[in-house]
Amino acid sequence: MNKDLLSILEKNSRITPSEIAVMLGTTEEAVKEEIKELEDNKIILGYRTLINWEHVDKDTIKAFIELKITPQAAKGFDRVAEKIYKYPQVKSLTLMSGAYDLLLEVEGETLRDVAMFVSEKLSQMDSVTATTTHFVLKTYKKENVIFANPEVDPREVITL
Amino acid sequence: MINYDNILSKSASGIPPSGIRKFFDIVSEMKDAISLGVGEPDFITPWPIREAGIASLENGKTHYTSNAGMMELREEISRYVNRKYNLNYNPQSEIIVTVGGSEAIDITLRALINPGDEVLIPEPSFVCYKPCTTLAGGIPVPIVTEEKDNFRLTKEKLLEKITDKTKVLILPFPNNPTGAIMEKEDLEEIASVLRDTNIIVLSDEIYSELTYNKKKHVSFASIDGMWERTVTINGFSKAFAMTGWRLGYAAAPEPLCKVMYKIHQYAIMCAPTTSQMAAVQALRNCDKDVENMCREYDQRRRILVDGFRKMGLSCFEPEGAFYVFPNISSLGYSSEEFAQKLLEEEKVAVVPGTAFGECGEGFVRCSYAYSIESIREALKRIAKFVERHKKR
Repeated sequence: MNKDLLSILEKNSRITPSEIAVMLGTTEEAVKEEIKELEDNKIILGYRTLINWEHVDKDTIKAFIELKITPQAAKGFDRVAEKIYKYPQVKSLTLMSGAYDLLLEVEGETLRDVAMFVSEKLSQMDSVTATTTHFVLKTYKKENVIFANPEVDPREVITL
Repeated sequence: MINYDNILSKSASGIPPSGIRKFFDIVSEMKDAISLGVGEPDFITPWPIREAGIASLENGKTHYTSNAGMMELREEISRYVNRKYNLNYNPQSEIIVTVGGSEAIDITLRALINPGDEVLIPEPSFVCYKPCTTLAGGIPVPIVTEEKDNFRLTKEKLLEKITDKTKVLILPFPNNPTGAIMEKEDLEEIASVLRDTNIIVLSDEIYSELTYNKKKHVSFASIDGMWERTVTINGFSKAFAMTGWRLGYAAAPEPLCKVMYKIHQYAIMCAPTTSQMAAVQALRNCDKDVENMCREYDQRRRILVDGFRKMGLSCFEPEGAFYVFPNISSLGYSSEEFAQKLLEEEKVAVVPGTAFGECGEGFVRCSYAYSIESIREALKRIAKFVERHKKR
């Protein structure tokens, strides 16, 4: 039931254990137990809300920053990453294959905030050899949810 | 002035209008209405299939295919029904690609029926069998399936209706609208009745990929001795969410196929080329997508059954297709009244069971080809309705 339960929660974290129990054909107690276990094992790390901030009167600016790092031995990447993710501006950080090594999602109140963070913090690190900053202009889809248009049922009236 | 009534074909104009449509013409104009009425997947066709359709257009595949369908697709269908349902059909001579399962039903009946032949139709069931039988000159003979038998066709019920005029038995399982399935033992029973007759079975297996409770679909033609008397009908609409592509197929012994093929070639020529190209992809690479959709349907199914039972209604647990068929007779309304009142008072659309045969009286069909949010909201409203009318 593990995977089915997780994919249900991933889509809607507000769903109740009793509702999940109905969907999976099991008992509420079993679901509660399973969730507890998943939380204890740090497989479920939290319950968030997906918000389209573009419709809220709040000025934030988001950027994706690619970082190239001097080649690292053994756990070298982890150590560099640790330094970087400690900054509260960094919303996400992933190690990538391809033309660069780390991808950061950074948030600030102004363009300047983000720019300063890159030039004063990231570029200053010894192991960082290059940075490329991409500012986010518009989000179309996130976490499998389409932000742009509310979906309408396209099915027409038909006999069957 | 022309009196068209005198001109039109008697058998065609005598067909009663579908009981499903009229509700939905109303729903489509009603604000805040929620429908559980549509018998079509809410999923969009999986992307790899759409991509194959687009690619075929880009590559200029805009011509007819051979009448029976592209050989590549027929071979793929042959492999697919073999690996899924243990069926053996020769793609050269025993498979016809049709415009949806609907065309396959039509050409099968037209190929078999002589005037006055009887066609046994288990009901409640899909709305097209009766009119297609009538148009082909046959006589539809309903067989009532009941809630107490899990809406399965039983040997006894079948035996009661067989006469020396019986030509065809339709086996519409997994069933629209009840969600009933027939398991291997049930099919064996039916087979034991048919073995010594010349009755041909039209096995409409369009929902074969959507079965639940780990009960894999069993094809009637895979039952010992039944292959030679079965036309297996299936298609892409339900399993692969490809309703708009209009693609299905019929598989049958060559002598049957030959005649069906003649009707198909003169009436239709061939199924749409773009759809056929896309369908090849569906059969080759989309098992995972089908599995995911099926899992989603299963969860919705459970929510609906649970919801109706909590309202105190008797609700048969469907094990196939994407419909539940709750029994609403305890409220003292006819199916039609129930559906009408529910739509007026709570703005929820369901289909009266009588749209699927007279024996559907006392039931309504609710489709779960809708998002969980819509289903929850619909259940909330129906519960309010039921609560109010119970106390009447």
